[in-house]
Amino acid sequence: MMTLDDFVVYVILPILALAVVIVFVRLVRGPSLPDRVVAIDLMNTLGIGIVATYAIATGQSAFLDVAIAMALISFLGTVAFAYYIERRV
Amino acid sequence: MQDVLTGGLMLTGALFMLVGSLGVLRMPDLFLRMSASTKAATLGTASLLSAVAVFFSEIGVASRAAATIIFLLLTAPVAAHMLGRAGYFVGVTLADVTLIDELEGNYDLETHILDSCEPAQQFQQVADDRTSNEMTRSPNR
Repeated sequence: MMTLDDFVVYVILPILALAVVIVFVRLVRGPSLPDRVVAIDLMNTLGIGIVATYAIATGQSAFLDVAIAMALISFLGTVAFAYYIERRV
Repeated sequence: MQDVLTGGLMLTGALFMLVGSLGVLRMPDLFLRMSASTKAATLGTASLLSAVAVFFSEIGVASRAAATIIFLLLTAPVAAHMLGRAGYFVGVTLADVTLIDELEGNYDLETHILDSCEPAQQFQQVADDRTSNEMTRSPNR
């Protein structure tokens, strides 16, 4: 019988890590700057998911504050990038 | 029971996030990629945060998770819209399978204002009046 801890560590976190690797390929290859910004935004979102998963794995609910801060910073970063790209043209 | 619900929510969220990142890798176009990343990844994160709320089952943790979910649901479309708009102005190439670009020729590339937008036409009218006034006034000086 698999405990929830094992399930989180051996199933969920590897899936999310694989997703990060896949997005990183797009970040490196992305033909244009907006493609790379989309990849970075998705990596931030994946980071929020990983932090939430880690909160369950360790039993520390304080990690949720990290997730909130990451969501805020990710939104600000994407908006700043979009503004910069649009003004640069 | 609680563990089963937590595990199911986490598995759903992780798979949705994996599908979203696969879409970002495989889709042929910036806008299709953005559609995959915004929708699937937001749903996946919301599912994972719900799993956190179910796992701890405290009112403080659940309210923080709900606040994060609502914040994500509010900000993801705004960020995607701004990025898509910027990408359109940069002139990102559309995929080969694209049938129609309904925005083509409708954006003023100088001012970034949509042509069919009513306030834009009013501004244009004001600007035209101003320039014609200056033209009629200039001989008097």
